[in-house]
Amino acid sequence: MTINEIQDELIDDFAFFDDWMAKYEYIIQLGKELPLIDQQYKKDEYLIKGCQSKVWLHADHQDGKVLFTADSDAIITKGLVALMVKVLSGHTAEEIAGSDLYFIDQIGLKEHLSPTRANGLLAMVKQMKMYAVALHRASLS
Amino acid sequence: MERTAVLEQFDVMRVRKDFPILTRTVNGKPLVYLDNGATTQKPQQVIDAIVNYYTQMNSNVHRGVHHLSQLATDAFEVTRHKLQPFIHAAHEHEIILTKGTTESINLVANCYGKAFVHAGDEIIISAMEHHSNIVPWQIMCEERGALLKVVPINDAGELDMDAYRSMLSDRTRLVAMTYVSNALGTINPVNEIIALAHAAGAPVLLDAAQAVQHLTIDVQALDVDFLAFSGHKMYGPTGVGVLYGKEKWLNAMPPYQSGGEMIKEVTFAKTTYNELPFKFEAGTPNIEAGICLAHAIDYLMDIGLDNIARYEHELLDYATQRLLRIPGLRIIGTAKEKSSVVSFLLEGAHPYDVGVILDKLGIAVRTGHHCTQPLMDRYGIPGTVRASIALYNTREDIDALVAGVERAASMLI
Repeated sequence: MTINEIQDELIDDFAFFDDWMAKYEYIIQLGKELPLIDQQYKKDEYLIKGCQSKVWLHADHQDGKVLFTADSDAIITKGLVALMVKVLSGHTAEEIAGSDLYFIDQIGLKEHLSPTRANGLLAMVKQMKMYAVALHRASLS
Repeated sequence: MERTAVLEQFDVMRVRKDFPILTRTVNGKPLVYLDNGATTQKPQQVIDAIVNYYTQMNSNVHRGVHHLSQLATDAFEVTRHKLQPFIHAAHEHEIILTKGTTESINLVANCYGKAFVHAGDEIIISAMEHHSNIVPWQIMCEERGALLKVVPINDAGELDMDAYRSMLSDRTRLVAMTYVSNALGTINPVNEIIALAHAAGAPVLLDAAQAVQHLTIDVQALDVDFLAFSGHKMYGPTGVGVLYGKEKWLNAMPPYQSGGEMIKEVTFAKTTYNELPFKFEAGTPNIEAGICLAHAIDYLMDIGLDNIARYEHELLDYATQRLLRIPGLRIIGTAKEKSSVVSFLLEGAHPYDVGVILDKLGIAVRTGHHCTQPLMDRYGIPGTVRASIALYNTREDIDALVAGVERAASMLI
């Protein structure tokens, strides 16, 4: 599936939730299910520091695709991180760098991407794109 | 006094009618505003004054001879005039209007530092300071070759007064402490802090940003040298704050925002400046906020800070008792003397997650480190959830908070 196809599928999934409780319970569930990042990457080097919750992000390049693993110390942030990984991981660097993550807004989670940087999510999206670009460049050289 | 007696004496439902924002909903729920430590809501009296300023007198102050400028200047000076009895200052010209607490502290760090702090001198702060009462001193100490000393706290969040006593010496140039901790609610023993500092020959700055809206302050009785606070945390507009300074210090300090480079090359004794308070008020101030702060002062004085303190204290006790009944909830900051802040952690839940769920329920709290990272490090925690109480909060607000935290616990843990 393309990045946009995954986004559209998520938008459909979230349309089933008729109140915020159900939506957040689902996000919390995603957070609990997100495979933990390999312990060796859970250190400052891989840390994206938000004002309140922390996000660890690691990227790998395999067969022309970028693979992300991530973690957070806050469970809602972790659920949102899981969504980002679901959408962006396994695509080419070019696709990731050029992606428009419209699903966040459409599923009503825009406030989590506000520039208050409370949760480090906005910084994470930027970092994912930067990783993709960097890995892409490295593979060309 | 019996709890019911206090609550009856203070008519919170009448007070709430003065704050139009309290009738709105958030996420479809009635707003429960418990982030008053960050900023308070504004009464209609202050909102009306802002509209009145722009519709009737907008003009620059201290400049023009025309009618509007005179009106604006008079109104601006009314605020200073009202601030004097509000904090019981000896002179009106000891009151400098600034942008807020942060600027007030920066002003002292900068100007007092230039005049009085030299290599090898020491500045004393505490472990519970807000970043705005840490960083200006760090920068000043670095520039002046001085040493910053930090008074530790105990687990309850109270100052270690023995450590403080032992840190004071003839090298101490200034003690800068918070009156009330924004993250813990601790009311510091300011009388003792000041008396001990003075005995060592050092002046004291109190960060009163979290005190002035909750307690009656008498700068002369305290004998405090500098006092800093913000308008927006005391039901007034954003963008105005106060620096009170004893005349003798303010006169001995160079100006803040004019030619710092030049001042270095002249000796202090030979330099003369504008008279107080204008020496420290360079440029066009926030006129609207300056004028409208007077209405917030009137508002507080009409209700009476003693009544406010009693009411808020009852509510704080109620909140503390109710929150402590939630399994796994731990209150951070359990000082004997506290003011209207409950900081807490829910075991197994990140404060951010709790804050997100509470927001969905229309409850505004602050989560995170509250600009007190060293303090959070002291407790070894990433932050807390902080509910901070104001005069318009009710028991129903507390009940909503407790129910919200219970809901968050059921979802997160």
